[in-house]
Amino acid sequence: MSFMPYVPPEQLMKDRSDFAHKGIGRGKSVVGLEYADGILFLAENPSATLHKISEIYDRVAFAGVGKYSEFEELRIAGVRLADMRGYSYGREDVRARDLANAYSQALSTIFTQQMKPYEVEILVAEVAEDGGRDEVYHILFDGTVTDEHGFVAIGGHAESLGAAVKEAYQPDWDLATAVREAVKALSAAESRALESSSIEAGVLERTRPSRRKFRRLTDEQISGFLATT
Amino acid sequence: MSREPVGLPPIGDGAIGTNPSFFDLVVRTRPESLPTAPLAASSLPLPHGTTVLGLKFEGGVVMAGDRRATSGNLIADAKIRKVFPADDLSAIAIAGAAGQAVEIVKLFQLELEHYEKITGDRLSLEGKANRLAQMIRGNLPAAMQGLVVVPLFGGFDERRAEGRIFYYDATGGRWEEDDFQTTGSGGLPAKNSLKKRWRPGLTLDEAVRVAVEALIDAAEDDAATGGPDTARGIFPNVVAITREGADDVPEDVVVAAVRTVLEERAR
Repeated sequence: MSFMPYVPPEQLMKDRSDFAHKGIGRGKSVVGLEYADGILFLAENPSATLHKISEIYDRVAFAGVGKYSEFEELRIAGVRLADMRGYSYGREDVRARDLANAYSQALSTIFTQQMKPYEVEILVAEVAEDGGRDEVYHILFDGTVTDEHGFVAIGGHAESLGAAVKEAYQPDWDLATAVREAVKALSAAESRALESSSIEAGVLERTRPSRRKFRRLTDEQISGFLATT
Repeated sequence: MSREPVGLPPIGDGAIGTNPSFFDLVVRTRPESLPTAPLAASSLPLPHGTTVLGLKFEGGVVMAGDRRATSGNLIADAKIRKVFPADDLSAIAIAGAAGQAVEIVKLFQLELEHYEKITGDRLSLEGKANRLAQMIRGNLPAAMQGLVVVPLFGGFDERRAEGRIFYYDATGGRWEEDDFQTTGSGGLPAKNSLKKRWRPGLTLDEAVRVAVEALIDAAEDDAATGGPDTARGIFPNVVAITREGADDVPEDVVVAAVRTVLEERAR
């Protein structure tokens, strides 16, 4: 019979939390910010195909940092949840808050019950109709959810990145300014200049004529924004 | 120990890989919400949709359908829609039991969108056409009871840089058509009409006109196909699929084509 030594729950939670923090701290960062026409997610990502930022549903987008396999699993689960919800009820019934709650429940269960917590942090954003209020939720590896306003930074350099964005942030930025400022803040947080080809960005654009408001920015668009100063 | 996050749909589908099919997800998690055949469906007076067609033109494919749904000898709906963009580069037109058909279209649209979101890539046109065949096959039990759904599928193939048309039978059989195809109860007169008027390299305006004229011919010979009704403003649905996208042809263009055809015939 195996002998399980007593570990106080405080110690157990702290160990797991430290472990997850360490994993996330090694990774890259994502910044999310509200601008005049919607919400921008921007990250440094050397890979052009393994995305950190993706579409979930018409008005909802996702960004993840940490271990790719884990946040990718969460993204797929989110797309499935959203598509099933939209199919069973109506497209407008798919809301970021429900998704954030589902993620929070899932991550909290994994954190307490599984061998190893997920080493991820995610953002779920929903762009509002005209005149409505955008929603951005930040979900931690242990299921903690916070409702963010204006801007949010997650990942390895979250603190310095957040501080860098905070200095300049204006909610009425246009997209070009938002991209430029986000890249500037990322470079400041990483203390080095970023190549425009290694930047991944996606926007939820209120003004987009399609019902699907998410759009990836191409390398050309990003370098175009960075060139106009 | 399960690795499935609670509250979220299951991820693992087998040995390896993620199944990008929305249809399979519904079958697995919510089978009761799929369209099914009611018992003894053939005795129920259910609405049926009738003539739809697709034809190639120089920039891609035009798909069109009349607006009538019949239920026995009654007109169930005079303004039903039978041609739908399926995604950015393809469209689906349906004839058959209207309830089943609309549901299959909705599932098919979600299937394409879901695949695109899960994998990050759009399905190839060939892949879309095959997937539709499998979904029609899934409707076979209902088809055996008279709830037949026979779609036409048209799209712009990015790899080949051309429009392509596929048609199906109730068993999910799939064929590719070179020039044009029709289906539904007025399919035969519509096809005869297209046979006389279609030629390679039509412009979009010409293609819309040929399509509208074929529908008018079908309406003249088939009681279940509705002709354009200028008094009540009921005109065919026409969708054009090009490399720029799959969109409704603006109604004024369709109305102009209808008026030209009717004026020529009035002489």
